[in-house]
Amino acid sequence: MFLALLLQASPGASTLGTANPVSIGMFFLFVAVTLYITYWAAKKTKTGSEFYAAGRSISGFQNGLALAGDYMSAASFLGIAGMVATKGYDGLIYSIGFLVGWPLIMFLIAEPLRNLGKYTFADVVAFRLRQRPIRIVSSVGSLMTIAFYLIAQMVGAGGLIKTLFGLEYELAVLVVGCVMTLYVLFGGMIATTWVQIIKAVLLLSGATVLVLLSLAKFGFSPGNLLESVSTNYGQEMLAPGGYISNPFDALSLGLALMLGTAGLPHILMRFYTVPDAKAARKSVFVATGFIGYFYLLTFLIGFSAMALVGKPAIESLDKGGNMAALLLAEQTGGTAFLGFIAAVAFATILAVVAGLTLSGASSISHDLYVHVFKNGVSDEKGEIKVAKRATIALGILSILLGLVFKGQNVAFMVGLAFSIAASANFPALLMSIIWKRFTTKGAVWSIATGALLSLVLIVLSPTIMVDIMGYEEAIFPLKNPALVSMSGAFLMGILVSLLQPEHEAAAKFESEKLRTYLGVGAE
Amino acid sequence: MNQPHRTPHDVLESSDFKKLVKQRWSVSLVLTFTMLAVYFGFLLLVAFNKEVLATRIGEYTTLAIPVGLGIILFAWLLTGIYVFWANNKYDSSVENLKNKIQ
Repeated sequence: MFLALLLQASPGASTLGTANPVSIGMFFLFVAVTLYITYWAAKKTKTGSEFYAAGRSISGFQNGLALAGDYMSAASFLGIAGMVATKGYDGLIYSIGFLVGWPLIMFLIAEPLRNLGKYTFADVVAFRLRQRPIRIVSSVGSLMTIAFYLIAQMVGAGGLIKTLFGLEYELAVLVVGCVMTLYVLFGGMIATTWVQIIKAVLLLSGATVLVLLSLAKFGFSPGNLLESVSTNYGQEMLAPGGYISNPFDALSLGLALMLGTAGLPHILMRFYTVPDAKAARKSVFVATGFIGYFYLLTFLIGFSAMALVGKPAIESLDKGGNMAALLLAEQTGGTAFLGFIAAVAFATILAVVAGLTLSGASSISHDLYVHVFKNGVSDEKGEIKVAKRATIALGILSILLGLVFKGQNVAFMVGLAFSIAASANFPALLMSIIWKRFTTKGAVWSIATGALLSLVLIVLSPTIMVDIMGYEEAIFPLKNPALVSMSGAFLMGILVSLLQPEHEAAAKFESEKLRTYLGVGAE
Repeated sequence: MNQPHRTPHDVLESSDFKKLVKQRWSVSLVLTFTMLAVYFGFLLLVAFNKEVLATRIGEYTTLAIPVGLGIILFAWLLTGIYVFWANNKYDSSVENLKNKIQ
């Protein structure tokens, strides 16, 4: 029945949505190879450090690719290319926001995080503060970020796979949920990292070929490409348009994208997979380079799709333009190439949800189980057992959430995840690293304020009230709450810390400096 | 000069260590604020003066295109500058200080 479903053909100019033997073959090959890697990784995944942090054996360059892989989701590949294809230059403004967070991760966070922590970013926040309260609130912050990001990915995956392969939505969600659970459950961080690296290489090379094939139609001259865009759709496509009308909106979204990156648990967790701070630093350099190159590619793919496929054809399939890159692949490289790109997009989703699930499971087992329920006394076997159970639970949960939110508009959830990451996770992490007088109560209040404000304000924002609930006007004016929620989180953290000093925490700040800056005693 | 072996506490209190920490944050903060200024400067330009960015610098190419792609390149170069500084300056000071700890 499965195959019959896949092989059903449907008429139309594009073969999108029909069974494409190349894409199905490619996809099965990808799953087979990655499951073999998982099998290989399973034999090397015995201890906690191996499960959570790949035994700290990943090199700086490899980790850079894996970080880039975590960040280059199907949403950014198809979404940004689609945004450029339908709205022109504005798509680039959006991708710049996603990129500029990376330098800040390097300058402010990467090295202290690597030196102070063990498996999760809460290790760093809790380092000199009281464990129990910090672990509880920071795991809530982590899990909220992960949940919203995961829902957006699962719902996107189901819809995308339905369009790509003609596979039923429910079946697609089930396949994604099961395969990624296998990666994490048996292969831990080692498998998750290698899946991510393979996918990053596939995605970058696939997108590069797509750009070359497209530019070939313009005599390899980007100038000719821009000329075609300008003559067909007007010169205004090549300059900023209506994307940013309200400067406060721009500032708020900019902050969420930029600093949210520095608060994403699955990204932060990757810094523990390298041996030391020097490798952590190198991995950000590599990641930033690859991600920047990737955004350059999506920019060219978007304009090429606009010029070669045409805006009406793209918008007729999907209003947001999400199918632009795929239609372009079909037009320039035929059905076989479409199949390849479609399989890469599928692989991308799998790899990203695996990373999210692993970071969620570590938050549950390492932060909650060990430090809240076991008072910090970890027996390694018990901890891994809990981590594996949490993985299965999160796998099932992600499938259920994918089913529950079927057909819902969940695009806002990515913005919300970034807002919570920027407001709940980032301020507490930064203040714990750089500010001596930061206290336990300050951290708790900061995280709680950031998370709550993000949640409440997004419900009152035009993103939900106008776009989803259909009200004329929203109570809160900004589309993304980060400007207010992040400022609130910093302010609360500072005020509460100053009102009630914690001498012990301040004293420990001095002694932890050897570890923060020299790496003495780092794990 | 300095004694060859010291306790961790002596290293923490040493002027070399304090200088190192101070230097690390000056480099980081200068680079951070450069990035913030460039990015938010760009957003403000988009919000308040789109016309400048729409200026043609080629037959069809607008100023917005090299500026946008330039910011991506610039962000990457900044990370490169930091890595270069840290590999050459920071790491050797770290080694020196670590060797002094008993």
